[in-house]
Amino acid sequence: MTSSTGLGMTTILATDCGSTTTKAILIERVGGEYRQTFRGEAPTTVEAPFDDVTRGVLNAIQEVEELSGRRILEGEKILTPADGNRGVDIYVSTSSAGGGLQMMVAGVVMAMTAESAQRCALGAGAIVMDVMASNDGRAAYEKIERIRHLRPDMILLSGGTDGGTISHVVELAEYIRAADPKPRLGGGFKLPVIFAGNRDARGRIQEILGDRTALVITDNIRPVLERENLAPARHKIHDLFLEHVMAQAPGYGVLIGWTGAPIMPTPAAVGVIMEKAAKQQGLNLLGVDIGGATTDVFSVVDGQFTRTVSANLGMSYSISNVLAEAGLEKIQRWLPLSLPEQDVRNRIKNKMIRPTTVPQTQEDLALEQAVAREALRLALEQHKALAVGLKGVQQERTIADAFEQEEGAKSLIDLYRIDLIIGSGGILSHAPRRVQAMMMMIDAYQPLGLTVLAVDSIFMMPHLGVLSQVNEQAATEVFLKDCLIPLGSCLAAEGSAKPGEPCFAYTVRFAGGREAGGTLRFGGLLRIELALGEEADLQAEPARGFDLGAGKGKAVALKAKGGVVGLILDARGRPLVLPAEPSERAAQLRAWAKAVDLYPE
Amino acid sequence: MAHSYTPGLRVTPRTVVRKRRILPIPGQVLVQEGQAVTATTVIAQTDLPGRVHTVNVVNLLGISPEEIRRYMLKREGDPVLEGEPIAENRPFIKWLKTRVPAPVTGTVESISEVTGQVFLREPPKPLALSAYLDGVVVETFPGQGASVETACSLVQGIFGIGGEAVGTIAMGAADPEEMLTPERITEADRGTVLVGGSLIGRDGFARAKQVGVRAIVVGGIDDPDLRALLGRDLGVAITGTEQVGFTLIITEGFGRIAMATRTFDLLASKVGRRASCSGATQIRAGVIRPEVIIPLGERSAVSGQRSEKEVSKAGGGLRVGDHIRIIREPHFGRICKVAALPADLRLLPTGSKVRVLEAEFEDGQRVLVPRANVELLES
Repeated sequence: MTSSTGLGMTTILATDCGSTTTKAILIERVGGEYRQTFRGEAPTTVEAPFDDVTRGVLNAIQEVEELSGRRILEGEKILTPADGNRGVDIYVSTSSAGGGLQMMVAGVVMAMTAESAQRCALGAGAIVMDVMASNDGRAAYEKIERIRHLRPDMILLSGGTDGGTISHVVELAEYIRAADPKPRLGGGFKLPVIFAGNRDARGRIQEILGDRTALVITDNIRPVLERENLAPARHKIHDLFLEHVMAQAPGYGVLIGWTGAPIMPTPAAVGVIMEKAAKQQGLNLLGVDIGGATTDVFSVVDGQFTRTVSANLGMSYSISNVLAEAGLEKIQRWLPLSLPEQDVRNRIKNKMIRPTTVPQTQEDLALEQAVAREALRLALEQHKALAVGLKGVQQERTIADAFEQEEGAKSLIDLYRIDLIIGSGGILSHAPRRVQAMMMMIDAYQPLGLTVLAVDSIFMMPHLGVLSQVNEQAATEVFLKDCLIPLGSCLAAEGSAKPGEPCFAYTVRFAGGREAGGTLRFGGLLRIELALGEEADLQAEPARGFDLGAGKGKAVALKAKGGVVGLILDARGRPLVLPAEPSERAAQLRAWAKAVDLYPE
Repeated sequence: MAHSYTPGLRVTPRTVVRKRRILPIPGQVLVQEGQAVTATTVIAQTDLPGRVHTVNVVNLLGISPEEIRRYMLKREGDPVLEGEPIAENRPFIKWLKTRVPAPVTGTVESISEVTGQVFLREPPKPLALSAYLDGVVVETFPGQGASVETACSLVQGIFGIGGEAVGTIAMGAADPEEMLTPERITEADRGTVLVGGSLIGRDGFARAKQVGVRAIVVGGIDDPDLRALLGRDLGVAITGTEQVGFTLIITEGFGRIAMATRTFDLLASKVGRRASCSGATQIRAGVIRPEVIIPLGERSAVSGQRSEKEVSKAGGGLRVGDHIRIIREPHFGRICKVAALPADLRLLPTGSKVRVLEAEFEDGQRVLVPRANVELLES
């Protein structure tokens, strides 16, 4: 059924088992090209009372069957290969169900090996539940209790340089043994532990953990203090994710048997398709996948790919943590209506404890989108901080670099140089109006100069990422034609002035020769129709003190790409400052909402 | 077709619960299979290793890590007293001598020639593990602990804070709608698992703490009050280790929400009975919900009953006539009945198109609600 080229495939079924929802899509060869044709979704069923991910998968597939008229299932079996209006040629899947891959990492010294272990796990697409170190200030018994209580999917144990002392990392191993931790899923199995520390300690670690855990030994992530070597441990994390976590998660043993390619962690699959897209189109790209439990940020700048996973920034399981990290005022500042603090807090907590509910009122929608702005903003901040000096697969850092990084030196992300921002995840992909998705990203990221924005239409980047491993042609064709929905372009000026002072003058020349122009004053926001597939010449001259990418006060001549929203001219300034007085701020937000037709009247 | 699901919370007058009680590190198991235990019976004990303290000797003495051993006055395994010097330098001028005192009493665990740190470990501390439930030991794990089983009534909450607590059930509200106000909490409630109605506020928390209530079970709380209770914003719903003076279990959600009648009536029927509860919550896969376990005291009935897992209802799709709770605004917390399940997508005021159901309130009023925004109530 599987083939490396995917030749001859006419019908492909893909699912993504998210922490909240399982999404299925059908891809068919139509008129010589691959197109995404139908989709279905159902709540993920990895938790009680079902404890079986395949229930949700089957429900989602059944919806595809109902909508497409194609018979895919025979009982609980996926029919292969495709034959007329029956069956599919291949079935592939990604998974972040149950909050994705949850890891605990340990190292001897917090700022050294423990930090390297953290970077390693994050790079592999994991959520780091806790970082344990000999000097983390917790008593031994507290660490042991913590390991037991957290129930991670796996532990990455590092510590010690090769040839250095072994006692501390051995002590950490003893804590793990003493805790005798059980994996989060599949309680009857041994917990995978990766040892990537001092090679001289391997024998002792084997003695201590060999019988109690599923121990895997790999190269030291910090062979010498001045160098990190993250790739071998990261590959082991991916292997163990498939062999242990996936295989032991409720129902996954069955699901693995259905798929024609290895199940990938959702962030890894999204990263694969974003990287391929950026390289194919020669763009600098910033991508975000905001999920229920985590927010993943991806960037490809000058061909260099970086991924970060912001654990506990999400829109359902982690929504309350966005409030905790951002603070109430930061969330309230995006609300165009007045909601009392208690109401805001209760609504957010209720979403946390009942994560699959959807907003039914305008108030609830505005609140979720306000939280999303802050989650996106915080995740980008974390990405910028971690992207410093990272070299993707493997990096070399000196001690001096480590100090530089801690001080927040040079980030790889320069918003003037980002050509395309792609948003993915339910809150963006399922926003009732596309302009809402565009404004959430503009407000959160505050792009500079001219930037194209797009959303993943129905959250299919994970599906396409995993599909690209077996059929790149199908994945790429669908990505370009059906997955990305271009929202349009945003031209934004950096700088500040008094309200009403000129910000920039603009002229838009459309393909048919029509022209539009004017001057935007500071604080202004304008939406100009520029349809999907169209381009327009955009000339703009900023006032003194404002920068559109060419320098302060210097004119720019650009090509603006259209989309389902069009062209947004943003003269609100950068950094974007909102009025401090609540009623004035709400009035301002309502005026901006009206200017871009954000909400129904 | 997609279904809507309940989160699987259980409220049942009769079931069997089995708890695996394991020491954090190996120790001694004090009970045998078949032995009757109470919630406070110590079933296993161990000595927890003392806290580890690090002392950066090389920084304090201004020496390099590889020469640390030349300056140490103590070796690995040596006992030390708080304030006793563990290392010193040897300057030419004696009065420039610097001594590094031990910050705690304990033993020298290790001396690092890479980082220049010395690890000191405090003496071990004894830990006693209780049975948590009134029940019977059904399995022992040598050196680790035991499983305790009990026939009981079980109420799972939606969210809680605080660890395990044991007390007698007492009612702090006359009906599920009533608030658990400070006035309702009296000295007689000391040591109880106090059941409220729809809400408890921060004044109620203060009074409960003052009186010495062991646990509070209530329909709802307001988040600002939770924040005041914890002293911080709760980010991720992984709880159970908080120490606020009592264990708190909410059965419905945030805000003032009447406790489900079934839950309230079950708890009210158990006044005076001893209950074990835990506020530990984890809202992700491997989900843990807070619980109130009220043993029935029927030792002989234990083996004959079905296990908790066996009686767990499998949830499933909604049907017309099912009783449901709406779990999102604008009708959050209201109980109603499924009146119709239209197949087509419907437009919400937000502009989204979703699958909905028609819900009918007691007064006959009908409203459209997204299927994702309801919970099936156990019949």
